[in-house]
Amino acid sequence: MDVLLPRTLEEALEMKAAHPQTVPLAGGTDLMVDLNFGRLRPPSILDVSRLPELRVLSREDGHCFLGAGVPYSRITAELGEFRPLAQASRSVGSPQIRNRGTVGGNLGTASPAGDILPVLAVYQAEVDLVRPGDTRALAWDRFLLGPKRTAIAPDELIAGVRWKVFRGTGSFSKIGTRNAMVIAVASLCLVLDEDARQVRAALGSCGPTILRAAAAEDYLTAELRRAGSWDDPACRLGQPVIDAFAERVADAARPIDDVRGTAAYRRHGLRVLARRALAWALEDRRQGR
Amino acid sequence: MTAIRPRAGIGGVGESAPRVDGLPKVKGEFEYASDLRREGMLWGETLRSPHPSARIRSIDVSQAAVRPGVRAVLVAADVPGRPRFGLDVKDQPVLAAEVVRYAGEPVAVVAADSQEAARQAIRAIAVDYEVLQPLTDMEAALHPDAPRVHPGGNVVRDVRILHGDPDAAAEVWVEGYYETGMQDQAPLGPEAGLAVPAVDGGVDLHVATQWLHADHEQIAPCLGLPEEKVRLHLSGVGGAFGAREDVSMQIHACLLALRTGRPVKMAYSRPESFSGHVHRHPSRIWMRHGARRDGTLVVVHARLLIDGGAYTSTSPAVIGNATTFAAGPYDVPNASLHGTAVFTNNPPCGAMRGFGAVQACFAYEAQMDRLAAALYMDPLALRLKNAMRPGTVMPTGQVVGGSAPVRKLIQGCAAMPLPPEEAAGGRDPIRLPGGAGNTSRGEGLARGAGYAVGFKNLAYSEGFDDSSQAWVRLSRDGQGAMAEVKTAAVEVGQGLDTIVAQIVRSELGVERVVQLPPDTAIGSAGSSSASRQTMMTGGAVQLACQAVRAELEARAGHHEVPDLIEFLDSPIEAVRTFHHRPTRALDGTGQGEPHVAFAFGAARAVVEVDRDLGLVRVVQLAVAQDVGRALNPQSVLGQIEGGSAQGLGFALMEEIDLAGGLVRNASFTDYLLPTTLDMPPVVSLLVEEPEPGMPFGAKGVGEPSTVVVPAAVVAALRAATGRALSRAPVKPDDLVGLRTFPGYRPPP
Repeated sequence: MDVLLPRTLEEALEMKAAHPQTVPLAGGTDLMVDLNFGRLRPPSILDVSRLPELRVLSREDGHCFLGAGVPYSRITAELGEFRPLAQASRSVGSPQIRNRGTVGGNLGTASPAGDILPVLAVYQAEVDLVRPGDTRALAWDRFLLGPKRTAIAPDELIAGVRWKVFRGTGSFSKIGTRNAMVIAVASLCLVLDEDARQVRAALGSCGPTILRAAAAEDYLTAELRRAGSWDDPACRLGQPVIDAFAERVADAARPIDDVRGTAAYRRHGLRVLARRALAWALEDRRQGR
Repeated sequence: MTAIRPRAGIGGVGESAPRVDGLPKVKGEFEYASDLRREGMLWGETLRSPHPSARIRSIDVSQAAVRPGVRAVLVAADVPGRPRFGLDVKDQPVLAAEVVRYAGEPVAVVAADSQEAARQAIRAIAVDYEVLQPLTDMEAALHPDAPRVHPGGNVVRDVRILHGDPDAAAEVWVEGYYETGMQDQAPLGPEAGLAVPAVDGGVDLHVATQWLHADHEQIAPCLGLPEEKVRLHLSGVGGAFGAREDVSMQIHACLLALRTGRPVKMAYSRPESFSGHVHRHPSRIWMRHGARRDGTLVVVHARLLIDGGAYTSTSPAVIGNATTFAAGPYDVPNASLHGTAVFTNNPPCGAMRGFGAVQACFAYEAQMDRLAAALYMDPLALRLKNAMRPGTVMPTGQVVGGSAPVRKLIQGCAAMPLPPEEAAGGRDPIRLPGGAGNTSRGEGLARGAGYAVGFKNLAYSEGFDDSSQAWVRLSRDGQGAMAEVKTAAVEVGQGLDTIVAQIVRSELGVERVVQLPPDTAIGSAGSSSASRQTMMTGGAVQLACQAVRAELEARAGHHEVPDLIEFLDSPIEAVRTFHHRPTRALDGTGQGEPHVAFAFGAARAVVEVDRDLGLVRVVQLAVAQDVGRALNPQSVLGQIEGGSAQGLGFALMEEIDLAGGLVRNASFTDYLLPTTLDMPPVVSLLVEEPEPGMPFGAKGVGEPSTVVVPAAVVAALRAATGRALSRAPVKPDDLVGLRTFPGYRPPP
């Protein structure tokens, strides 16, 4: 097996075009497991971990761009104002894994358990894909097609993700059966977008891919409007509304029984997380946090 | 007459001497078996059955044999000697010939120039299986119409113990049904070794094991070689916990080395390691306890079933332990205890830290809490009232001899300071159940505490003479006196090498101790199992040192000299063997004197549970342990902490998930071990009451914490949630009520 060592993104793209079967390696936290377990035998590996272009973190025109090669430890250290993103990044693996694992890896692997994917879903992020002389941006849900399936072309690399910065509270929570270093049994990301006056919620590990809980979002968006809460965060929502929202979040799940958890528990856990996340968001808005 | 006097401060017995292997291990310089290398060596790989039960119609190795770099492909017909091996009962094929009895059973082995080439060759072997319906339920195995895993039937061993009047009347009864899962030892070092063909036609095997001589005794006949032509050398052992009692790659590597005339290395991957060793027996346990209204235990009825999987391994001894301990460390005048180990087509089960005592403790301690509740009695008071003491007659008729400070342990455990209460809100969520997942700001939080008391036998039982031999040589060079010591005892990480050095320093007053590598050139040391090496090999080293000392003192005679080193013009050597006192096997009604000695333990767990999500944070473990005498207090505390972590894992997350005989979580991604965020601080109390007949009064210390911590953690979870929780590991589904088990059902 060859290892290709490009020094620039341009060189990497030429190599990828010349060797479409090559598999990019950044942190290696997914790829090396697959190699070690004999699940993958690519003819070559393309080491993209040294490319400066992929380690960019920038803000412009009200957008944030997160390079595909930025590791989770940097996100928690430098993007603390994007609280759900920082919370999701902190929930990834161990400190060692967070030093190596990257956003691009989470996207490229496209596992329904990818920890930051529900965050990207509620951020309505776009994935920047590059090929020699060309770049295209795909909405997150046009990029993630199914379990471990994406819309990337053989000659493309993931450059990073971009999202429109908005005002609002939110959180990311992940249930696992141990207190760290665990693959999500179920996860939930909730944001209240004050600019768009819209609620967005996404579920991880509860279906073949990341799911948005559209009915729950619409319901809560409307309830907040009805209560006048978008204008005045002090307006309270009744417990029945919170429960109904949680029920709709749980209904959005399409969970299965697997070695990590039962479908019944996943649905149950989502219901609890939804209640909590909404209560926290409402409280944080009231406190101006 | 001049005598050697113990000198303090030279790293002798009773001091927390630094580990002799500590620095190289911390610095990454220690050579583990997986690091072994030889010029020109080949790599061995194993083809394993994907089916839990199948008949082998044919094996075609022709495609594999012609692949580039492949030097040998061996199947059952290529085994020159005895076709089967096993620790006691030789029922396990070196390579499966006609049938496979579990998924993961070795069918063929390959040696090739690289590991990659060997792995590809494995995939090129074509095996034609006639797939059979596997027997995977331990209760179904008892059914007369069940398929027979072995021609002799599905019962590995049936143990019945009748004591006093099992029909005795009691005023208060409680009954319960309990289950425990299949735990993996999960040593960080997977199975590995290097076989080197020798010029005499024999073979030298460098291997990570727990007992060189038991491996040796199994390997040589399968190779068709006389014992002296097979020599075993210990390689660095990356943890064992029972997983290295059974032979894994040893015979295969030797066969390949002898066939190819080249050194052959085999090193299992993590997934393969789950197939490469036995596991902790899953259990189903039915118990009824009868007591007087004042809390005095009158009678215990227990039915224990453990799943031995496809081969015998140590199942007979494990069910022996589980059954003889089923009434707990209590004075129980009447009992009927019935234990059975069965064969199934699940992966074989055998030795793991706690060895049958863990499963029993989980059940009998749950029963003690149930009984306390039924009596409206404090659970600790109930235990204190019935605690075993020296002179207590056990259900086997064995009288508890030696030290048995059970009451002291219970009281000491309860007296250790509780962790401070913490407000639910305002914490970093990482200090709440759910940890790094940010699932809570303190909602649904409940705290609970639970206790458990238990015990474990020390050394081998039921008539087994597991002796240990040591060689000691005292000499002098330019730097002064030096002691050399050699045994075949295995340092598995428990700290034995350090203890041996400490004993030599104390007995001979010599600071400089050189330990020679363990191999089969010296007599057996027995297994690094059953909490026995400090007592057994420590005892042999002490005896050999005493013989050397006697000779030195005889040389000195009546001369008054400042230093006995003057009499070391020629070195003094001694070889001694240590035997524990004999034990007696059980008779037809389970009467005998099966155990050498006991180590008792008491644990208290304090847990926090997120009752909505069923997530857990263990806040503190407090363990009081009966250690006889702590030869190295730091090392003892390390054993208690490590054993507690393994017990916590068993209670909360560690389980091999089987579906139809297939392991579904053969990786550390899905077989979860506690992390530093799951494992709380351990506070320990060492109760030192010397054990007669053991060196310095020491008891083995490796297992009691693993025995009691699972029961204590689950008791604490019951206290926090009010749920019955009759199965370990406890899953989130259990804690939120999505999964329940029958409180009681009739035993089979």
